[in-house]
Amino acid sequence: MSLPSESAVVLRNLTLAYESRAAVRHLSGSLARGSLTAIVGPNGAGKTTLLKGIVGLLRPADGVIERARLGRSGIGYLPQQAEIERRFPISVIDTVLLGQWRQIGWLRAVTRELRDAAHRALDAVGLQGFEHRQIETLSAGQFQRVLFARLVVQDAELILLDEPFSAVDWRTGEDLLRLIESWHRQRRTVVAVLHDLDQVRTHFPDTLLIARECIAWGATQEVLTPHNLMRMRHMSGPWAAEADHYERVRGMTVLTPSA
Amino acid sequence: MTLYEVTLGPFVEFGFMRRALVGCLALALGGGPIGTILVIRRMSLMGDALSHAVLPGAALGFILAGLSLPAMSLGGVGAGLAVALLSGLVTRLTPLREDASFAAFYLISLALGVLLISTHGSNVDLLHLLFGSILAVDDTALILIGAIATSSLLALAVIYRPLVVECFDPGFLRAVGGRGGLVHTLFLALVVLNLVAGFQALGTLMAVGLMMLPAAAARFWVRELWLLGAASSALASAAAFLGLLLSYHLDVPSGPAIVLVAGLGYLASVLFGPRDSLRALYLRRGHLAA
Repeated sequence: MSLPSESAVVLRNLTLAYESRAAVRHLSGSLARGSLTAIVGPNGAGKTTLLKGIVGLLRPADGVIERARLGRSGIGYLPQQAEIERRFPISVIDTVLLGQWRQIGWLRAVTRELRDAAHRALDAVGLQGFEHRQIETLSAGQFQRVLFARLVVQDAELILLDEPFSAVDWRTGEDLLRLIESWHRQRRTVVAVLHDLDQVRTHFPDTLLIARECIAWGATQEVLTPHNLMRMRHMSGPWAAEADHYERVRGMTVLTPSA
Repeated sequence: MTLYEVTLGPFVEFGFMRRALVGCLALALGGGPIGTILVIRRMSLMGDALSHAVLPGAALGFILAGLSLPAMSLGGVGAGLAVALLSGLVTRLTPLREDASFAAFYLISLALGVLLISTHGSNVDLLHLLFGSILAVDDTALILIGAIATSSLLALAVIYRPLVVECFDPGFLRAVGGRGGLVHTLFLALVVLNLVAGFQALGTLMAVGLMMLPAAAARFWVRELWLLGAASSALASAAAFLGLLLSYHLDVPSGPAIVLVAGLGYLASVLFGPRDSLRALYLRRGHLAA
């Protein structure tokens, strides 16, 4: 199967599972190159699971994920903050430089150009002067800015953001949203898990509404209809709490889901 | 007694004291950064588990070749790596957490080791394996310790960057294709090697003390990762020097003496270290409240 050239990611009948429980079921669709898509759904709807599947952290239990060739920069992936060791003794500038992983790898030196690029990225997220601070001394909002600077430096064509605004204040959210819009203008493919429907309606042209199964996927104004939102609430029944628990389980066992 | 006689005399006078000191300094140099990363990765007890895991291999080497350091070391490395790899495999293939699968395999390994020793050796041999005899460190042992400390530091330098990222943000490393699993396995192999280097001198149980106590103490002195490694090597060296002197003057076993001095250093750091120690946290807060 070849990937249509205008698509960055194609999902065909995708099922992703944790501990033999399906978290995402029979999802089919595609992310067009240069699209800006919001993923919306209740807790435990499989949003994080889906991002992990696309990144490659989780193997599909069924179906396929096809990704266009991504070149040297890989996937820009912003996990939820809880998955990062915030007290790790590492400086802001070193964290941002990690975005250059494809250039520096295990052993290559960090050149002057790479260092300059990291400084420019810190300027872009409003953190000039923070270079040598340790990350454990930053607020949640400042740390999220650091991770966005790392994404800037990484220069990826495909960027996946898991709840990028959940732990940050209004001002930081506005700044980071402007950065996401600039990525969209640069024709990068951006996907973000979000909760604020007004924000999605204003800034995200496409939306995937998901509650384990796909409820709707397409242009935002056609997806976020009262009817679809009602269906979503209807479908997020008793499994929501349980699925939420399974999303937190660290082990990433993949088993075939029971029918 | 003059200060010279108390502090330097024993090392000048006796070759076994010099060899013991050199061996311990090499252990401190290699083990400091390894212990630091174990602490940072919240794997402090993993070192303990692996130090027990080494036992049946060392015992097997002892049974097959007698008190031969190369045979016992080879066996120890084999057993330690087997436990590390099997635990890693179970963690990867089942939902069991890493600490639980490690605990399971090291307990099996420890029991096997005790069984082997008690059916094929004497209790003295068991004590020797468990607690070592640093004052009996010979040239072969010194060369082995030196070689392991050197290659361990070099290997750590090679995997340092991905190892740091794997601790800090494993999801990111996977997303950029950074081989986190491989790095983790290599690191565990380094832990096993350093413990095996230590067991001739300190015994399987005490070796982990010289690795972990200074690393835990260093956290109360400095912040940056490389400084943490350097500080824990320095603290371990100081503990080795003072512990050996204590052992000489008071005529107590050297392994426990060294580890107890390291333990005192840890307690002092918890109480009085400049960073996040009880004094730094609570006395300062007291001033603010007043």
